[in-house]
Amino acid sequence: MKQNKITERLLNGLIKENPTFVLMLGMCPTLAVTTSAMNGLGMGLTTMVVLALSNMFISMLRKVIPDKVRIPAFIVIIASFVTVVELLLKAYIPFLYSALGLYIPLIVVNCIILGRAEAYASKNGVVASLFDGIGMGLGFTCALTIIGAVRELIGAGELFGFGVMPESYVPCSIFVLAPGAFFVLAALTAIQNKVKIAGEKRGRDMSKIQSGCNSDCMNCQESGCSKRLIDTSAKEAVKENGDRAEKSAKKKEGKNND
Amino acid sequence: MIKDLLIILISSSLVSNVVLSQFLGLCPFLGVSKKTGTAAGMGSAVIFVITLASAVAGVIYKYILTPFDLTYLQTIVFILVIAALVQFVEMFLKKFMKSLYQALGVYLPLITTNCAVLGVALTNVQKNYGILTGIVNGFATAVGFTISIVILAGIREKMEYNDIPESFQGMPIVLLTAGLMAIAFCGFSGLL
Repeated sequence: MKQNKITERLLNGLIKENPTFVLMLGMCPTLAVTTSAMNGLGMGLTTMVVLALSNMFISMLRKVIPDKVRIPAFIVIIASFVTVVELLLKAYIPFLYSALGLYIPLIVVNCIILGRAEAYASKNGVVASLFDGIGMGLGFTCALTIIGAVRELIGAGELFGFGVMPESYVPCSIFVLAPGAFFVLAALTAIQNKVKIAGEKRGRDMSKIQSGCNSDCMNCQESGCSKRLIDTSAKEAVKENGDRAEKSAKKKEGKNND
Repeated sequence: MIKDLLIILISSSLVSNVVLSQFLGLCPFLGVSKKTGTAAGMGSAVIFVITLASAVAGVIYKYILTPFDLTYLQTIVFILVIAALVQFVEMFLKKFMKSLYQALGVYLPLITTNCAVLGVALTNVQKNYGILTGIVNGFATAVGFTISIVILAGIREKMEYNDIPESFQGMPIVLLTAGLMAIAFCGFSGLL
């Protein structure tokens, strides 16, 4: 039973609710650091460590943290782990630290982490939350590595720094520059759309794919795009104590999507 | 001095545009760019908040974190200060500056933890900017954000009438547009 739960959490993060390919969360680091497969892998693993640890801690403290100040409390916990990881990277893996630069401290505002804290860790047991974090982190790592590999392959003709393309291949260097990131993401979302449309035609439930504010923040009916960050059980809980503080806190967390 | 500030102004707003080359603040960039009006509103709110936040973060860094040797706490302190600041600004505007609140109020909650705000505060520290330079950098970054979001909104308004392939409707075509804009903004790199 226990084993099942762990595998289920890992697979959920890796495939069913993959944060990048399915939910489209945390797009800023996804675009910014995937100039090579190695950077993508490094960023993914860093995020995974923070996500797993913060999920575990938040789950441990879920009965202690008062409901009204939980978002600031979560942010402090996450920021502490980000600082720890940043200092460790600086000391032991300096090349990765300099490659990722500004985007390491910005893991704090990565909405995957706060989203999982709010949607899963604040309601579930310690072990399940830890593996939920690891699963989500693995999903993010895979996605970033794949995107990084595609960009590196087209943009530089290399994979993890090794030349794999034939000599005659002329690298299309725009793919490792900023515009390439947008083009790769555009292709990715177009594929998602296609899968979604095909699935809906066959009558399957595709609501999870890009199930969030991919269109219009100003007319978002869900208070603060909570739709994709918070599952239904959370919504009911919010309804119960639906005071203003709750709403503003939710808004804050929903807008954390960068 | 003036020359240095001018260079920062141009480089932060155009050459290394916050959205199109650094990918910060991508969510509002994609989410609030349906109409030029709302895009401009969002842009001005971002200018307001980022300029203020970089001033406050700069002061805190220089007069609290550095003297007490606490600079490693910068991430935690900055994110909390920014979140509190936005809430405070919202309350202040609501109470004392009704007209400004009506213009910017809706956008403020959208910016609370926008990564561009934290990004600017951290860049200022990383690049060893002083308080004034930091404020100019923050302002310029936000102006760059406003320029790109207004341009994107203008293009999106025109695109409403175009015949786009089914799979490319919605986000993909917007991202393609952003990619083309990013190519155009690459041209600014010759400015400096």
